[in-house]
Amino acid sequence: MGEAIVITSGKGGVGKTTTTANIGAGLAQAGSRVALIDADIGLRNLDVVMGLENRIVYDLVDVVEGFAKLKHALIKDKRFENLHLLPAAQTRDKTAVSPEQMKHLVESMKDEFDYVLIDSPAGIEQGFRNAVAGADKALVVATPEVSSVRDADRIIGLLEANEKHKPCLIINRIRPSMVKRGDMMDIDDMIEILAVQLIGVVPEDEAIVVSTNRGEPAVMNSNSRAGEAYRQITRRLKGEDVPFAKIEEESGLFGRIRRMIGGFKG
Amino acid sequence: MSRGGRAMFDLFARVFGREDASKDVAKERLRLVLVHDRASLSPQALDELKNDLVNVISKYLEIDQEGFQVDFSRHEESMALVANIPVRSVKRRTL
Repeated sequence: MGEAIVITSGKGGVGKTTTTANIGAGLAQAGSRVALIDADIGLRNLDVVMGLENRIVYDLVDVVEGFAKLKHALIKDKRFENLHLLPAAQTRDKTAVSPEQMKHLVESMKDEFDYVLIDSPAGIEQGFRNAVAGADKALVVATPEVSSVRDADRIIGLLEANEKHKPCLIINRIRPSMVKRGDMMDIDDMIEILAVQLIGVVPEDEAIVVSTNRGEPAVMNSNSRAGEAYRQITRRLKGEDVPFAKIEEESGLFGRIRRMIGGFKG
Repeated sequence: MSRGGRAMFDLFARVFGREDASKDVAKERLRLVLVHDRASLSPQALDELKNDLVNVISKYLEIDQEGFQVDFSRHEESMALVANIPVRSVKRRTL
C-alpha cells in the first residue's frame, strides 16, 4: 500500500509544481514506483515542467468521469519508467471533480504505486479541498516572505483541523546572502513562526529556471544546489535521517564582500 | 536625499546597528498579523457564537435581539470580543 502526499502552499507562485516534479523524479530515481497527479484543473502545468506536454491523451477528469481508464490516462515519464503523470484537464474547472471522487481515485492508485504525489492548486477553495482529500501527508511549500508565510500558516491551520494530515514544511527559494545580511528570514525564524516540522530547505537556484525551460527536473542535475536539496527531501520522505546542512554562503568576490560587511555587524 | 544617498545611509545605519534588519521587521509584522488570523472566526462560526450568547443571556435578561452585536476589536497586540447587548428588561428572579 503506497502513501499519498499532497504538495500545497496557499499562495501561488512559490514553487508547488516544481517541488512536485522534483520530488517525484527524485523518488523514481531512488527506485520507487511513483505517480504524480496534477490537481490544478483548468491551469495545468506539471506536464510542461516534466516535459511531457506532447504525450497527453486523457486527463484526470476523463478518468473520474469514467470516460478513460486510469492506465490509459497515465503518461509514462521519458527518463524513468517507474514514474507516471496523471495530467489535469485544461478545459474544465475545479467543480468537475469532487473531494470524494479524488479520495476514491487516490486510494485506488495507492495499490499500484509506492508514492502518489498530488500537486495542489493555489487557494483554499474546492481545488485545494480536492487535492488534500485523498492525501495521507501534506508538504507545505513557503518562501521566506511575509505573504507566503502568512498563507502557509492558514493552510497549516486548515490541514491540522483536518487531523489526518501531518503538515511538513519545505522552505523554498531561500537566498543565503540575504539571510546573512539580515534581509531575509532564516530557517529558525520560519520554524518559530509556523511551529511545524521541517522536511527541506531549497536555495534559490538559476538551475531551476534552466531545467524548467528544458522540461527536465533539476533533481537529476548533480551540480544544482536546489537539485541536491530535493534529493535530501526524497531521502527524508523515505525515512532516512538526513541532517540539515547549514545553508551555504555563495562563493566568489561578491560573497566575500558581503561576508566582510556582515562581519562588521558582529 | 538622493536614492543613492538613501541606500548609503541605510547601509551605514545598519552597519552601526541603528536600524533593525528587515527580517526582524518581517517577523514582528507576521507575529502580529498571525495572532489575528489564527483567532478569527468564520462568519458562520461568529453567527453560531451570537446565537449561543443570545440563548444564554436570555435566561436572565430580556434583550433586544435586533440590536445585538458581536465582533472582534483589535489593538496592536491584543484582541477582545466585544458584544453590545441592549437590555429590554430584567426578568424577575424566581428563587
